[in-house]
Amino acid sequence: MKDRKSQSDEAEDPGMEPHLTQKKSKGQAALGRHIQAKIGQQLRSYYDSLVEPTPDKFADLLKRLDNSNKGSAE
Amino acid sequence: MSLDPAIRDQVLAAVPSLRAFAISLCGNVDRADDLVQETLLRALANIHSFQPGTNMPAWLFTILRNLFRSEYRKRRREVEDPDGNYAETLKTHPEQTGHVEFKEFRTALTKLPEDQREALILVGASGFSYEEAAEICGCAVGTIKSRVNRARTRLASLLHIDDADDFGPDRATRAVLTGDDVA
Repeated sequence: MKDRKSQSDEAEDPGMEPHLTQKKSKGQAALGRHIQAKIGQQLRSYYDSLVEPTPDKFADLLKRLDNSNKGSAE
Repeated sequence: MSLDPAIRDQVLAAVPSLRAFAISLCGNVDRADDLVQETLLRALANIHSFQPGTNMPAWLFTILRNLFRSEYRKRRREVEDPDGNYAETLKTHPEQTGHVEFKEFRTALTKLPEDQREALILVGASGFSYEEAAEICGCAVGTIKSRVNRARTRLASLLHIDDADDFGPDRATRAVLTGDDVA
């Protein structure tokens, strides 16, 4: 898995698009790179807006499960 | 058996993105949190089947994706909703968090078929390769590629994005980027 965190700062940079060096395929079935970049950018911004630090409840849940496992094993 | 702290850290490190994936799948923070919690319970119960050194995020995403799929199918059956109308209202239920600026994009995203949406998010936002996404969704790499392409095409049309569009900041960036080969 690529590190999304390091990409988020550069999300608006179309230079991140791997197809940048390819010729624009206007009129062909494939979407032009500009469209792809635009959609990719919006998708990443939207997704990044949803990424928050792990809520405590999940860390607590893991701790609780771990403790109960230890308890039952002993 | 107690949980290896290194494994636990890997699980916790994956949660923010896992949660974002869940929210973008079901469009509802509370349901997404339930999904994440259920995923963590399953993961811990089956932690012996995780091979240390392999891809923890992909493993967790696979569990969550399968849970979402089965829950979704179950709900649809339970309310006797053969046309999927009720399922559709669940799917498009607005998020409870703000982010007004993404309203249009979010709405467009909910209009994609489930399999296209998950493929697009995994590859385009969660940072997985096509190969990893194929593994998560249990299908061929080519299938993921075509789903992502179809998703992009549909989004472009829903959001009225076309090559002729001139977006403010993008136009400037594009001019710089393409400056050398402007005909």
